[in-house]
Amino acid sequence: MKKAKALNQTYIRQWNKKFMIINHPILGPRDANEFVYKGDAELLNRPHWTPNATKRATYAEQEEFHDYLYLRNNPAGEHKELWYHEQGDRSWLIITRDTLTHQISKVELVREFLKEKVT
Amino acid sequence: MSGDFRLKGGRIDKNCEINFTFNGQSMRGYLGDTLASALLANKKHLVARSFKYHRPRGIFSAGSEEPNALVTLVKDNHSEPNLRATTIELYEGLEAKSQNHKGSLEFDLMRVNDFLSPFLSAGFYYKTFMWPKKFWEKLYEPVIRAAAGLGSLDMKSDPSVYDKGFLHCDLLIIGAGPAGLIAASEAANNGLKVLICDEDFLLGGRLNSDDEKIEGLSSVDWVRKKIGELKKLKNVRLMNRTTVYGAFDHGIFGALERKTDHIVNSHGKPRQVLWKVYSKRSLLCAGASERGISFGNNDRPGILLSSALRSYATRWAVKPGEKIAVFTNNNDGWRTARVLREKGCNVVAVIDSREDTSEQLYGINSYKGKTVVTTSGIKRIKSVTLNDGTKITVDCLGISGGWNPNIHLTCHQRGRPEWNHKTHCFIPGETPIGMKVAGSANGLFGLSEIIQETIAKTQAICKELNFTTKKATQIKASSQNLDIEPLWHVAESKARAWVDMQNDVTTKDIYQSHMEGFRSVEHLKRYTTLGMATDQGKNSNIIGLAIMAQIQKKPIEEVGTTIFRPPFTPISIGALAGRGRGKDFRPYRLTPSHKWATENGAIFVEAGNWLRAQWFPKNGETFWRDSVNREVKETRTSVGICDVTTLGKIDIKGKDAGEFLNRIYANNFGKLPIGKTRYGLMLREDGIAYDDGTTARFSENHFVMTTTTANAVLVFRNLEFYRQCIWSDFDVHLISTTDMWAQFAVAGPNSRKLLQKIVDKEFDISNEKFPFMGCKEITVCDGIIARLFRISFSGELAFELAVPTRYGDSLIRVLMEAGKEFQVTPYGTEALGVMRIEKGHAAGNELNGQTSAQNLGMGRMISKKNDCVGNIMSEREEFDDKDGLRLVGFKPMTRSQQLKAGAHFFSKGKKYNMDTDEGWMTSVAYSPILEHYIGLGYIKNGSNRLGEKVMSVDLLNNQIFEVEIVSPHFLDPEGERLRA
Amino acid sequence: MNYSALKVFFQGLSGNKGWKPMWREPEPKEEYDILIVGGGGHGLSTAYYLAKEFQEKKIAVLEKGWIGSGNIGRNTTIIRSNYLLKGNQPFYELSMKLWENLEQDFNYNAMISQRGIMNLFHNDPQRDAYTRRGNSMMISGAGAVMLNEKEVRRVAPFLDFDNARFPIKGALCQTRGGTVRHDAVAWGYARGADRLGVDIIQNCPVLNILVENDKCIGVETAKGTIKAKKIAICVAGSSSQVMNMAGLKLPIESHVLQAFVTEGLKPVLPGVITFGAGHFYVSQSDKGGLVFGGDIDGYNSYAQRGNLPTVEDVCEGGMAIMPMIGRSKLLRMWGGIMDMSMDGSPFIDKTKIEGLFFNGGWCYGGFKATPASGFCFAHLLSKGEPHETALEFRLDRFQRGAVIDEKGQGAQPNLH
Repeated sequence: MKKAKALNQTYIRQWNKKFMIINHPILGPRDANEFVYKGDAELLNRPHWTPNATKRATYAEQEEFHDYLYLRNNPAGEHKELWYHEQGDRSWLIITRDTLTHQISKVELVREFLKEKVT
Repeated sequence: MSGDFRLKGGRIDKNCEINFTFNGQSMRGYLGDTLASALLANKKHLVARSFKYHRPRGIFSAGSEEPNALVTLVKDNHSEPNLRATTIELYEGLEAKSQNHKGSLEFDLMRVNDFLSPFLSAGFYYKTFMWPKKFWEKLYEPVIRAAAGLGSLDMKSDPSVYDKGFLHCDLLIIGAGPAGLIAASEAANNGLKVLICDEDFLLGGRLNSDDEKIEGLSSVDWVRKKIGELKKLKNVRLMNRTTVYGAFDHGIFGALERKTDHIVNSHGKPRQVLWKVYSKRSLLCAGASERGISFGNNDRPGILLSSALRSYATRWAVKPGEKIAVFTNNNDGWRTARVLREKGCNVVAVIDSREDTSEQLYGINSYKGKTVVTTSGIKRIKSVTLNDGTKITVDCLGISGGWNPNIHLTCHQRGRPEWNHKTHCFIPGETPIGMKVAGSANGLFGLSEIIQETIAKTQAICKELNFTTKKATQIKASSQNLDIEPLWHVAESKARAWVDMQNDVTTKDIYQSHMEGFRSVEHLKRYTTLGMATDQGKNSNIIGLAIMAQIQKKPIEEVGTTIFRPPFTPISIGALAGRGRGKDFRPYRLTPSHKWATENGAIFVEAGNWLRAQWFPKNGETFWRDSVNREVKETRTSVGICDVTTLGKIDIKGKDAGEFLNRIYANNFGKLPIGKTRYGLMLREDGIAYDDGTTARFSENHFVMTTTTANAVLVFRNLEFYRQCIWSDFDVHLISTTDMWAQFAVAGPNSRKLLQKIVDKEFDISNEKFPFMGCKEITVCDGIIARLFRISFSGELAFELAVPTRYGDSLIRVLMEAGKEFQVTPYGTEALGVMRIEKGHAAGNELNGQTSAQNLGMGRMISKKNDCVGNIMSEREEFDDKDGLRLVGFKPMTRSQQLKAGAHFFSKGKKYNMDTDEGWMTSVAYSPILEHYIGLGYIKNGSNRLGEKVMSVDLLNNQIFEVEIVSPHFLDPEGERLRA
Repeated sequence: MNYSALKVFFQGLSGNKGWKPMWREPEPKEEYDILIVGGGGHGLSTAYYLAKEFQEKKIAVLEKGWIGSGNIGRNTTIIRSNYLLKGNQPFYELSMKLWENLEQDFNYNAMISQRGIMNLFHNDPQRDAYTRRGNSMMISGAGAVMLNEKEVRRVAPFLDFDNARFPIKGALCQTRGGTVRHDAVAWGYARGADRLGVDIIQNCPVLNILVENDKCIGVETAKGTIKAKKIAICVAGSSSQVMNMAGLKLPIESHVLQAFVTEGLKPVLPGVITFGAGHFYVSQSDKGGLVFGGDIDGYNSYAQRGNLPTVEDVCEGGMAIMPMIGRSKLLRMWGGIMDMSMDGSPFIDKTKIEGLFFNGGWCYGGFKATPASGFCFAHLLSKGEPHETALEFRLDRFQRGAVIDEKGQGAQPNLH
């Protein structure tokens, strides 16, 4: 299928087109059109690494980062995923949504989620 | 007026005559008529031709499921094809035309297809037209394409206005028949906010066509009373002419309201409104549609659904024929015969496939246990022949093959319907969350049962939504039992028996489909085109499926079901687009100097949603490049001004702002001194260059970042991601200030002198106090706050000055006034582009999302000291390729040679193919300073090949010539000018 | 049974009662040499070319539903070879050449219609990018033509030239581009493969992939265990699900792409037209419907259905360039599950499990690739080496940094 996609940088994509309702923990139910989708919430787990001026990243370090950046579980069913309330309070959210039915069972603020994780 | 064909009564206004034309022939109808009822009243039975065989076709139904009677309407000098005559409301002057015939409707030359039909069976085109090969493009395909389609599209732009709107309710009721009206009143009485929609212009559903008794009233009177009651309630909104066409996620529905289609003159009001309905619960009360039976020549004009005959006689007071017969497999056909006779029609026979039915009508011949095997009559049915050989002369035949609940919306989220063995129809399976189904849509056909069920379901919905429910209403009504015996196809029929009328799919095609292995329902549909027509198989799908089940000797539910997809009925693309067309396709963003630029004759260009000044032609300049060359020269020799507000601007504050930037940019920022600005290169996590810009440090904890115009929103989103999701323990805060500051580049040797005239005296912007890459919060024009940066995209001594947006218009005027003594010139994006190419700065064409820092020649900038976005992935083997692409400059061998962006580079003497391809030209410009073309581009190992000559190959424009690889810094490579 | 005009004629005379099934309905055997999981376009073409070009025997195709029920039957039927990058363009050009000879090859008319594809552009940077792309097409032998605004007007006078938000400046065309009757491709390959002895087994979902000592030995299915020496997975949107059975995690997300068709109209469009400042591509089918589509909905989904805002977005795009379609009516919309990869390009590769091969990550570009995908996958399965046009479609390319990113969007599948 051909997609007419501008190849230049001057065309701003308007791809955040969704028709769902997201129950924002602070703002209440909002149309999903206000949000931008990023992907699997595993993207929160960015590997730590410490560069070394004298040597390159080790193979293992690169491999860990590769897996983080490129590999996805891509489940058919419950999926924890990151959404950004761009046309709203600019908060990043973790949304638990079923990829088979699009039903949303949980909406959390990333910052609250990470706070709890620390404590 | 065709008085003979009108009966007494009906829900039409006989005091209001309406004139209309069909194929140019003047006719009259009444207010409340559809085009179909008016045509029938004018004895017009042949109204269309079928798709494939061009068979004569008449009106088949009385609703939106119509497969045959499609017409083109002409209104406001614009034609609209493929409209169903059965749903078009008559208005004064309506102009309708038939479709899909060569020659007149009565003598269609394409009728020849009908006689060739043995050779045009299912899928015939897959098996032939292959030899000789080139004949396909030249002969076969053009012929096939010429035969395609039904109506013709008006090639003029659609003149109508379409609107969109949002509606919110507790309960959306789809369909305003008996179930819908009762549910609405029940829910409203319990306090729910109710929205009830019906596709018809007259609410009441089949109650307008069937004589029922409810609460002691005739059904028509009951509907009037009920609607009167509902209209008085504040928490009920009744919408007629409104089709709920799709069920989407989370209780959101799409609905289309036809606002002015039925009015002669819309007076500028929108033709249609596309509503998005947000509901907490929904109740589908869409009723049921009658289906036909397949028998020989069952497609002739004058053959209608039995319930449609009832509708035409009752609701529209039309006498559908002089000698009417009914062919049925259930009690509903008898009801039609009874109603027609009561209305004064001549019913000559009822043919019932059931032998043991007790139905009987005095004075009407009944043929029980008999079926119709074929019919005669070309342009209108003349007779029917039964399986015992009996021939009955008729001019109208009603068919009743049972009822299909209108479950379409229950399938829109891929719910699969279930087969009901009692009523022999599909009933809803799993429904979308929040949706219940009531009435005939749920497979109930007795009015009394429908009412009871509807009340119970409405009460349940009220409880689910935590409304306290009052005692359920008791409503008494008549009831009937269909007592159906399944009959899909009269097997004795020798003649072709139609299943899908519009696409001309006959029972033979289904047999052949099975024979050839297309046995799954989806294969059947796709191979024969069954159910693919404009009616989407509302009539035909289930008959086709049932015949396939019979062939396979399996129960229907084992053979499968086809689910319905949105929309319920076809929706104009214009309505779906709404007002987002023409200039309103996307909003415009205007720069603070837009008004001033317009006054000064600027030519504008789209940059994303922005409109930016491209150049400012002066008197006498006829060619765009004359203006651009002048703007470049004047800027480089004196001073020029450019609105750069479109660049993304982000304020970054907090204790950890420095460290945050260290990680966001590939190069180091933590040690940037206060009062200084630095160029920053941002990578994506995958190590590819993402964006670049400058970031200034105003204080220990306050940075101001600029991004490219195109990436302003994306970079900010990305920053928020890292702030909230990755380094959430950092003390850093972000705010996008793109729209808050108007920013102008003031460039050229006289730029400082010009600025000194407006910068307030207490701020020293001399080279010593405010050197290259300095930044400062200052005031201008007596106290207006401003931010001043000494940065340069043009390569000249240059500044960028930002003031609060509201002062932007004044600032450009003040700057231009103050600059008069230096012959200041405004410059647009073209001159900006020329100057950045002269200077070798990368922009969008170079930062195209495919190039790394290494490619840009900035590999060494990448921080090795700390974890930053993209640095680890930029160490992958392919990134480090020493022979990889490098950004360099190109110049032609002769001064006059024009370079071309998008040309590919090859070493001299090499063949041109993908393996020898060495790179491409990204940007070119004519340099008025160097007086020849210059280009930037990527070429393998470019930085080590300066001076080498390579071929610039633009096969697309047939231009192949030599170019020389040079440094990308065409002008002032040492940067003396910008430090001046 | 060979098809021909004569055959259609004689069958017509005898009441069309002598047609034979286009494929058998065999029960699965205990063991095969090569087992293909997925009876869509790519699986069926792989089977066809394995048998025809690589003389492989004992091949079976396992399909969980009915053949052709996946994306081969729910796309906008466009074929083209107008790619930019070295990793892609020769492959798609091979595909185009196979399309051009396909009907005679498998004796089935898939109505390949090369009426051209026209990519509109609306500004200078786009023109530059299309020039670069057009030159890639030229040097790979695919052919390309650059039209200026005047020439576009001549070809498609109905486009909005005078009132457009993003004025049309020209177009990049490939005259060999066009459309194909999509279902017929699946049927033609199935019939061709079946005639060469391939067992096509419908209604046979794979429940597990059997792996012993890092070696794949067979699959468990609804119709019992089937052993095989080589197992080839081409299941598009279900790639992650199936490969997960073998414990492999993929650089793929599944997204929904919607497609749309209008009611039948007399011919209006000359070929395929794509909009460069919004999401809209359109062609007209041989039956007269305008077949069009746009962007993916943008969130992970296996629901095979999309939502309304994308529909509106696509229709806005349509009205923005051709406002005469306002009164044509959307008849049907459907959604397919797209295996969106991390750089927008596909995989045809071995896996780290011996005997297990993978073909996927086609994003929404899989239809046009059907012949070459099957051919190259068959090459890999039979010879153990990738075909020369599919060398870069490797699963480890992200480890090496050798991405094939046509759009330059990076590791964000919903942007490809």
